[in-house]
Amino acid sequence: MNKFRIGKNWLYVPLIAMAVFYLIPMYVILATGFKSFAEVDLKTMWNLPHGIAFDNYIEAFKHLAPSLKNSFIMVIPAALISSMLGSLNGFVLAKWKFRGADIIFPFILFGMFIPYQSIIIPLVQFMNVIGIKGLAGLAMAHIIYGIPITTLTFRNYYASLPQELLEAAKIDGADMLGVYRHILLPISIPSFVVVLIWQFTSAWNDFLFAVILTGNTDWPITVALNNMAGSQIIAWNVQMAGSLLAALPTLLVYIFLGRYFLRGLLAGSLKG
Amino acid sequence: MFKDKDRYLSILLISPSILALLIFVYGFIGWSVRVSLSNWKGLNPDYSWAGLKNYLALFSDPRFHVDVRNTLIFTSVFVVGSILLGFFLAVMLDQGLKGEGFFRSLFLFPMAISYIVTGVVWRWLMNPAEGSRMSGFNLLFTSLHLDFLVNKWHTTPIWGMAAIALAAIWQMSGYTMALYLAGLRSIPHELREAAQIDGANEIQIYRNIILPLLAPVTLSALIILGHMSLKVFDLIIAIAGKQLPLDVPAIYMWQTTFDGLFYARGAAIGILLLISVAVLIIPYIRYTLKTETQQ
Repeated sequence: MNKFRIGKNWLYVPLIAMAVFYLIPMYVILATGFKSFAEVDLKTMWNLPHGIAFDNYIEAFKHLAPSLKNSFIMVIPAALISSMLGSLNGFVLAKWKFRGADIIFPFILFGMFIPYQSIIIPLVQFMNVIGIKGLAGLAMAHIIYGIPITTLTFRNYYASLPQELLEAAKIDGADMLGVYRHILLPISIPSFVVVLIWQFTSAWNDFLFAVILTGNTDWPITVALNNMAGSQIIAWNVQMAGSLLAALPTLLVYIFLGRYFLRGLLAGSLKG
Repeated sequence: MFKDKDRYLSILLISPSILALLIFVYGFIGWSVRVSLSNWKGLNPDYSWAGLKNYLALFSDPRFHVDVRNTLIFTSVFVVGSILLGFFLAVMLDQGLKGEGFFRSLFLFPMAISYIVTGVVWRWLMNPAEGSRMSGFNLLFTSLHLDFLVNKWHTTPIWGMAAIALAAIWQMSGYTMALYLAGLRSIPHELREAAQIDGANEIQIYRNIILPLLAPVTLSALIILGHMSLKVFDLIIAIAGKQLPLDVPAIYMWQTTFDGLFYARGAAIGILLLISVAVLIIPYIRYTLKTETQQ
């Protein structure tokens, strides 16, 4: 292999070129965001800022703070509850199969691919009838439409565990819930991290459900940012700063827990 | 082997989720189908029977034809671009270079952010303004003396969707890279070494051994990206808002239903979208579960 290695250094040229391509939007966000109001000009958008100023971030935060809070309020229960449900479902489908379990599974999976335009009219009608509105309704939608992928991830993980693990516990007299609580739950932490990150990211980044189920007092961040970008009053430099604020929570999760993020990503193509 | 109590308990544990999906996925799809076969227009529900009227109206609707054309342009540019770029990135990263982890993380980070953020930024990068108001990529091209690259981006007639697809490739090509990289890593080293000993060169190894083994990955990528592009919505809204030249079924559905209150027609668009996604996804789910039981 060593003989090839020297010959492969040229690969850094295309790799670095691609790295530049992926970083361009980030560069524009950061360079623009840190310019002072006086320095901002579309004609110099590619120039580095002369110093570090926070004008844009302060202005963007003033507009977006309430919706950042709304996003957190909605995303945290949505991620926790759909992960918990997914874990229980995955446990039953992988280890305690009842008759018909294998028939149900593809029907569960189909739910993660449907275009939400095909259910959104009944969803709005239904939420009105049962009286669950705003952020609670949005969280509920994310919990329910998140069940397929959380179930899939946990089912694949539990199916990979040896059956003997469960048999031993059963011989010791543990019942079904005992097996789940004392054997599976403690070793499920990595899968929980994967699923929680996935649900956090997709609920945080969602726009369609958010724009239809919430009104202007409870807009989450994606809707607020899109409205800010569409308004003529708010300058583009403030929009750039707002984009960073909107992206930061999921970006930080990605930077610190990228390995788990990748596993969730692969699960989304049914390859988990 | 299982106690009866456990059997009931397992059904009890899973039934809230099953019930929720039964209502929110299958019940709501059925409900949408019913709305699409009605005359419902306006705030008050009207379930009077209209037969296939709404579907037939869409098939002869010029706006829906634009939507289909736009979806086709977007899908081909986005899917082909993401697969090619993802494949080459994965192959480069599979060569055992130093800094592989860094590049991998870098190519993947756009996946963590929303289409809305991507759209808001790309809207400025692809600013089509000319002359003294020029900015974004066009300004960059001019200052690098690459004027021939200056273009109107998403405001280009007919091909504007390709510019939107470019932003989507930026966001999603890391995903295909990850799929291919996982595929490349699962190919045993002995296979490559055996071929090297037999005198095959790098290109032959890729063409005759690695590419055929990666065919299932390519299929997954095609289907996942293909169904995503049928659903594309947020990215267009954030880059261009709702404008006819960049219209797609998802936006048409939204405008018809929530701006125009023509629920019956909106539901019909939603169901047509569902059918197009189902044609891709149902065989894919069956194929995946079948290969899973074979393993």
